[in-house]
Amino acid sequence: MTGLRILVPVKRVIDYAVKPRVNKAQTAVETTGVKHSMNPFDELSIEEAVRLRERKLPVEDILAFSAGPAKSQDILRTAMAMGADRAIHVVEEKAELEPLGVAKVLAKVVEEEKRNLVILGKQSIDDDANQTGQMLAGLLNWPQATSASKVEIDGDNCTVTREVDGGVETLRAKLPMIITTDLRLNEPRYASLPNIMKAKKKPLVKKTLADYGIDGAKRLKTVKVIEPPARKGGDKVEDVDGMIKKLKELGAI
Amino acid sequence: MAVAFRSSLLRGAQTCLRQQHRMLAREATLRRLASTLAVLEQRDGKLNMSSLAAVSAAQKLGNNVHAFVAGGNIKAVAEAAGKVEGIEKVVYVDNAAYDKGLPENYAPLLVENIKKGGYSHVFAGHSAFGKNLMPRVAAMLDVQQISDITSVESEDTFVRPIYAGNAILTVQSDDATKIITVRGTAFPSGATEGGSASVEEGVDPKAECPTEWVSEDLAKSDRPELASASRVVSGGRGLKSKEEFDRIITPLADALGAAIGASRAAVDSGFADNSLQVGQTGKNVAPELYLCAGISGAIQHLAGMKDSKVIAAINKDGDAPIFQIADVGLVGDLFERVPEMVEKLKAA
Repeated sequence: MTGLRILVPVKRVIDYAVKPRVNKAQTAVETTGVKHSMNPFDELSIEEAVRLRERKLPVEDILAFSAGPAKSQDILRTAMAMGADRAIHVVEEKAELEPLGVAKVLAKVVEEEKRNLVILGKQSIDDDANQTGQMLAGLLNWPQATSASKVEIDGDNCTVTREVDGGVETLRAKLPMIITTDLRLNEPRYASLPNIMKAKKKPLVKKTLADYGIDGAKRLKTVKVIEPPARKGGDKVEDVDGMIKKLKELGAI
Repeated sequence: MAVAFRSSLLRGAQTCLRQQHRMLAREATLRRLASTLAVLEQRDGKLNMSSLAAVSAAQKLGNNVHAFVAGGNIKAVAEAAGKVEGIEKVVYVDNAAYDKGLPENYAPLLVENIKKGGYSHVFAGHSAFGKNLMPRVAAMLDVQQISDITSVESEDTFVRPIYAGNAILTVQSDDATKIITVRGTAFPSGATEGGSASVEEGVDPKAECPTEWVSEDLAKSDRPELASASRVVSGGRGLKSKEEFDRIITPLADALGAAIGASRAAVDSGFADNSLQVGQTGKNVAPELYLCAGISGAIQHLAGMKDSKVIAAINKDGDAPIFQIADVGLVGDLFERVPEMVEKLKAA
């Protein structure tokens, strides 16, 4: 039976419950002084990796990875408190890597760390790109199963149920492979205080993009970032008759 | 340098008269050289009409538009695509290995055909198929994809929502080939008659597919498809159970000829199928009418429906955020108000 050597990339993003504000210069979303958390889809990835081990599958180790500013360390500690064994942090303060750049770094990590399963979130809730997992699969020429809602591994065989338009589909492929998580996959656990304390002692290695020979130059230039046109809340009506009347006036029925 | 000059010209054109710039001889010459590929979807020998949004987006560039389809017995699909207005040529690959759209062999197929056609832009829908496939294609071509665009500003500049639609980003791409997925609701699906494209066989690299397609389970319904319906009726946590969801929401959807949607809370609680979820992590809809009951209006839900033409909400909490964006709001108990509305709509 093949031992699972799992890589779980995680991203630090603005907390999902915070309403983002565009900065005055219209160059980006304001991030200073805003609450950040682990990307919700990445919590699902960690959880799934830990559950594979809890299902008595031969998990050799779970490696968490993040590329980003120093504060991304907090996210990696959370991942380890949830059950990851160790972490790699590519420290990058200046620019946020694009999905292609992240995928290229991950491809190097996969090679160096001899990974045979990568579980990523299907998208990060900040740039909403939904690209990194697929790009990594393309670079490695590995099978991919995106938007997974169920993962079963038996020996080398992975059977994954995916959320698609109109329902679900099931795929089967052999390790090594790339899986991206959808919300229905599992319910991530909360890290307990003892596990948070233990996570502080787990190894976290700092690296740079140069260590992987990646320059991190952007392909896309931000021209501007603006607030979406505000919708004006309309009137409240007293009763159902009022609603039907108003909908007719608006030409909606 | 020349590229930068040209793109700044194009950006300037947004504020000036666009048509006038199009007449510039230089531009016209460059356009004749460039062509755009729209990747279409098919299922069981039928063209997926919602994938035609990729064609509408492609037409915004003014280049020649070619369409691409692949699958077993694909000729009929290719001919149907050939009738779509605005397509100059349909490239097809007849091979049942591509029926399920598995990216492991579909991506190499697309890459070969993109290279052969020398396309400057490739558009596909930001659907389950497009989301799964296109980033793999982009990585193979060493291109940073642009996902889920809502507008084409110029040949290198595109607009897309970020942060669940709470910010709108305009980006400019330096990549030689632009790989782009488009938001279906932001582009019309175009006329399916009146075109007369030539139909041509593409190259088939016959890449091996390490992935086996096992089965699927699709929700069957006679209702209009959620993503393209002109009316959507949507229910949330306030419905309390699956039985109540079906009892309350279904007749209202019937009375309006609407598709049924649901909030993530309703889906997570098992009231409605996953495929009905509207929001950042579900479907984006932009119908003429979005009527919701028992939905508070969390930002991730609003991300999927706030481009609807008219939004109407029924909720017992008068302070629910949904009322800040609803054109028509009714504060009341949905278990009384919705059946009453069904009665009155039927009587009308």
